Amino acid sequence: MELVCPAGNLPALKRAVDEGADAVYFGFQNATNARQFAGLNFTDKRAREGIAYAHSRGKRVFCAINTYPQPAGWSQWTSAVDQAADLGADAVIMADLGLLDYAARRHPDLARHLSVQGSATSHEALRFYHEHFGIKRAVLPRVLSMTQVRDLARQSPVELEVFAFGSLCIMAEGRCYLSSYLTGESPNTRGVCSPASHVRWEETPQGLESRLGGVLIDRYGEGERAGYPTLCKGRFEVEGETYHAIEEPTSLNTLDLLPELKALGISAVKIEGRQRSPAYVSKVAGIWRQALDRLDSNPERFQPEPSWQADLGELSEGATTTLGAYERRWK
Amino acid sequence: MQLSLGPVLFYWTRERYADFYRDAADWPVEIIYLGETVCSRRRDMKLDDWLGIGRELAQSGKQVVLSSQTLIESEADLRGLRKLCANGEFLVEANDQSALQLLIEANLPFIAGASLNLYNPAAIGVLAKAGMQRWNAPVEMPRDDLATLLDECAREGLEQPCEVFAYGHLPLAWSARCFTARRHQYPKDRCQFVCQQYPEGLALRSQEAKGVFTLNGTQTLSGACQDLRREIPDMQSMGVGVARLSPRANAMAEVVHAFDQARRGELPPADPLALIEAEMCDGYWHGRPGMDNSHATIS
Repeated sequence: MELVCPAGNLPALKRAVDEGADAVYFGFQNATNARQFAGLNFTDKRAREGIAYAHSRGKRVFCAINTYPQPAGWSQWTSAVDQAADLGADAVIMADLGLLDYAARRHPDLARHLSVQGSATSHEALRFYHEHFGIKRAVLPRVLSMTQVRDLARQSPVELEVFAFGSLCIMAEGRCYLSSYLTGESPNTRGVCSPASHVRWEETPQGLESRLGGVLIDRYGEGERAGYPTLCKGRFEVEGETYHAIEEPTSLNTLDLLPELKALGISAVKIEGRQRSPAYVSKVAGIWRQALDRLDSNPERFQPEPSWQADLGELSEGATTTLGAYERRWK
Repeated sequence: MQLSLGPVLFYWTRERYADFYRDAADWPVEIIYLGETVCSRRRDMKLDDWLGIGRELAQSGKQVVLSSQTLIESEADLRGLRKLCANGEFLVEANDQSALQLLIEANLPFIAGASLNLYNPAAIGVLAKAGMQRWNAPVEMPRDDLATLLDECAREGLEQPCEVFAYGHLPLAWSARCFTARRHQYPKDRCQFVCQQYPEGLALRSQEAKGVFTLNGTQTLSGACQDLRREIPDMQSMGVGVARLSPRANAMAEVVHAFDQARRGELPPADPLALIEAEMCDGYWHGRPGMDNSHATIS
C-alpha cells in the first residue's frame, strides 16, 4: 500500500518525502483546491521545486484541483489542470464532472484520481466515473464501514485510496453544505470548511466561547480543552439536552485496520492535513512509514507499536482517535 | 414557471403519506417527486406503494418522478436503487452517481438532483449528453452565479430546464451516522425507527437557543426554512424553469397556494405564511450565509 501524505507547503512536502511518503499531494494558492488557507499551498515555482525534489527521490506528486468550478471562474480551474500537466504532476485529484471531462480530453495521459469530494460510495458510482472520465483511482469518503469497503473493493474498476489518519469528516464529502449555511463559504465552492475568518473567540462570564458566523459553537468551562470550532464538532442543544449532537472533537486513526485494508487490496492510505505544520506531517509520515514497513514484512502478525498510537493520539484533535465509520457501532 | 413538490424528506407514517398525496393531487403543482431519499431503514413504504401513489397523481395530471436515495452505502442499497431505476413507468431523479450510472447504462432519461453538484456548464453538458431532462441547482448557489450559469447554458445550447429549491428546510448534509438515533442513544442498526416521532425533524439549537440545524436521521437540514417566495418574479425573468417546494407536515397547502400566487404575480403584500412558526432564511440566494434572512427586519 502506498503512503500518501499532505503537503501544504514546500517544507512539508520535503519532510513528508524524507520520512517515507510514497506520494504527496498539494494544491495551488487559490480556490481550486479544498484547503484554501492563508499562507498555504504552492506557487508555480514552488510546485516545480517540490515535484523535482520528490521525483529525484523516486516519489510521486498528486495535484488536488478538487473544488467545483464556479460559474464565473471556469478558466481558473482549467488553468490549474493545464498547470499541473505542465509541471509534470503524476496525477490530478478532481471531483467536478466538467473538469474531469476537460482533463480527460485535454490531457489524456495525465492520470485522473477521483477526489473524496466526488462522493463515490458504491462500485456503480465508481463505474460511472471510470467509464465517463477514465479515472485511475478513487479516494473513498469516510462514511463506509469495513464491510462496505470490502464489498466495494471486490467490485471496484479502479484503484482505491482510503483515509488513514487525520481530521474526521463525518458527512459524505462533496455533499456537505453546512459550512456555507453558517459562513457563505464551503468546501465545494471555496475549498474551506468552518473558515478561520469567520471564527471568533470570546472570554465571557459563562466561559470561553467559540463562534462561527456569529453562531455559538461551543462554550468551555475552566480546565476544559478548547478545540477549533468546526461546526459539526460543537456542543448543541437538542430537546433540552446539551451534548456533541453531531460528533465529538476527535481524529480518525486506522492503524489497527492496516492488515485488513491490505488484504482487501486497497492501493493507498491517505493522511489528511495539508493545513498542518511540516513538523506534524513529518512525525505522522514517519510513524505510518514504520507501520507500513512492518505490515509488509509480516502481515499476519502485524501489531501497531503502542508508542505509535500514543504519538498519534497526541497529534490528534481532542487528543482522541476513532475508527469512525469503518467500525459499525460508531454509526 | 412550474412548481414541483420535492420528495418528503422526513419519515412519516403510511397514513400521513397517503393523506398528504391525496390532498396534493388537487394542489397547483405540475411535478411531484416521490420516494425515500434519506435512509434505507425507512421501510414502511415499498416501491409498489410509491408506484401506486404515483399512478393516482399521474391521473390527476402531475408529472411524477421517483427520487433516489442520496447516500448509497451497501449492496442492499444498490439493489433498491436498481429496482427504482427499472420501475418502467416514471422518470427517476438521480441524487447520486450510482443512480446516474444505472440510468445512463439503461438509456433512460433522468432528472439530476441538487446533490450531484452541477456548478458549471461543462458539468451540465456532460449529463445533458447522457440523457438529463432537467437539473437542480446546488442549494448553496447564489442568485447571481445562477444567472451567469443560466446565460452560459443558453449560449451553449443547453436547454434543459433548471429547478431551484425555493421552499423548505434545506438538505445540507448526509452521513453514515444517524443523529436522531444518537439523540436517543440507540445504535443505528436498532434505531427503533425513532425518526417517525419527528414529522418535521428534530431541532438542533446553539447553547443560546438559536435554531442552527434540523436533524433528520442521517440527514442534516437547515435550522431555518428557506423561503424564496419573493424571488419568484426574478427567477421567472432569469429563466428558472421550476421552483421546488419541500413538503412539511403542516400547512403545505398554504405554502403551495402562496407560491402559486407568486408565479402569477398576485402575491399579497401581507405575509400569507405568517402562521408557520419556523424561522425563515434566504441567505444563499443573496450570496450570503444560507441562514441569513433578508426580510428579518420586516417580520
